[in-house]
Amino acid sequence: MTDTENEVAETFEEPAIEKLPLDAWHRAHGARMVPFAGYEMPIQYAGPLGGIIAEHNWTRESAGLFDVSHMGQISVSGDGVAEALEALMPGDFSALKPGRMRYSMLLDEHGGILDDLMVTNAGDRFVLVVNGATKWEDIGHLREYLPDEITLNYHDEQALLALQGPKSADALGRLVPAVQELVFMQGTEAMWGDVPLYITRSGYTGEDGFEISVPAESATALADALVAMDEVKPIGLGARDSLRLEAGLPLYGHDISEDTDPVSAYLAFAISKKRREDGGFPAADTILTRLANGPDTRRIGLMIEGRMAAREGAAIFAGNEQVGQVTSGGFAPTIGAPIAMGYVESEHAATGTRLAIEVRGKMLAATVIDMPFVPHRYHRKKA
Amino acid sequence: MTTYFTKDHEWISVDGPMGTVGITDYAQEQLGDITFVELPGEGDKVGKGDSVSVVDSVKAASDVYTPVSGEVREANAALNDEPELVNTKPESDGWLFKVLLSDASELDGLMDEAAYKAYVDSL
Repeated sequence: MTDTENEVAETFEEPAIEKLPLDAWHRAHGARMVPFAGYEMPIQYAGPLGGIIAEHNWTRESAGLFDVSHMGQISVSGDGVAEALEALMPGDFSALKPGRMRYSMLLDEHGGILDDLMVTNAGDRFVLVVNGATKWEDIGHLREYLPDEITLNYHDEQALLALQGPKSADALGRLVPAVQELVFMQGTEAMWGDVPLYITRSGYTGEDGFEISVPAESATALADALVAMDEVKPIGLGARDSLRLEAGLPLYGHDISEDTDPVSAYLAFAISKKRREDGGFPAADTILTRLANGPDTRRIGLMIEGRMAAREGAAIFAGNEQVGQVTSGGFAPTIGAPIAMGYVESEHAATGTRLAIEVRGKMLAATVIDMPFVPHRYHRKKA
Repeated sequence: MTTYFTKDHEWISVDGPMGTVGITDYAQEQLGDITFVELPGEGDKVGKGDSVSVVDSVKAASDVYTPVSGEVREANAALNDEPELVNTKPESDGWLFKVLLSDASELDGLMDEAAYKAYVDSL
């Protein structure tokens, strides 16, 4: 018995596998650790409520604590910082108010996606939260292309915890009441006792929740205080992947890459209205033309009939003709069926289109559906 | 009835000419939540070491190799509705298929329970 397909965890060619601030904490909670993005990371936890499906369901129903300290926390500041970031990304950062955040993408000169990230205006600085596997390239890219007068700091002294799920606000609110005031995509500085935190109401599961930047030396105490509450349990990378897949959110290096662009990746919402009018981001002409004319291929969501999962690399067919490829997929615990994301030629991308996916010589019937697969339940401002 | 084990973490329980094959508790633990089992067809002729079944977990799909040659006589239809039996009862109700052995001497190269336990402890 051996794996025939990639596991969630990947081994990168990094010089050494490093340990995160909560390494011992994860092991004490029964985590199975795997190498991911250059770090030892918990993929799932032991115990009756452990395992990917149980952890996934717990997050949808209660509150799950994720350690995402492998991600890069970068701050940039200086005169003209918003405009400098706008030269590298298609977001309208000049108009982004303090305490607000946006999803964006670092683009190369061809419009390829170097990384996707969250950008927060933290008042005196912008904070970028980037993918763990790409953070060193991102830092290199930013240093190369940001003007010299912009200061860049990589905060490896900070851990990053995510608390996700419908009971997150109640749980975190007991420690930090100010979080109750935040709505989706807002952030604030806050104190937990004498520990300074930066908290955003955001995440990558489709649920309400928070990401909490905490000094590494206080991360264990904060994790302990959170899981001491009945509604909070630690959740591994495995469930993080199944949750984000159901939420229709792309995973960098799989669903998006340098070979995909914001329009084909169905992420054009991240190209702000003003930037569509004024351009000025990398490959703006190419991207805006593609936006106007429609892309040749497009990222779509697929519901698969039966129980067999289709994973990254599986070919997608319309009749006898291959029209695309799966970029990530697996069993969706909340839906109770396999789902997939992939790219197909645009003429086959319409909702309801019947396609087939080849898995181990079998053709699985699949239907294009609107993403997210599971509705988002973000805490938005009431009208 | 004697049970043998492979280094690929399959077990085969042999009763006369018939062997029942599954994956071990160690294997299901490593795979995590199992969501689908692709079973061999009844009547399939299989050769020792062939990939005859695939166990799909949330994480990955894994081949199951038959420990012996022979003819598949039955697949565990209960797994179509309850693939999680491979997690909960891997070495009993979560069996995968029954095979009519064509060469009982192939069992000689397999491990007994004590040898398999020592092998797993060494991993």
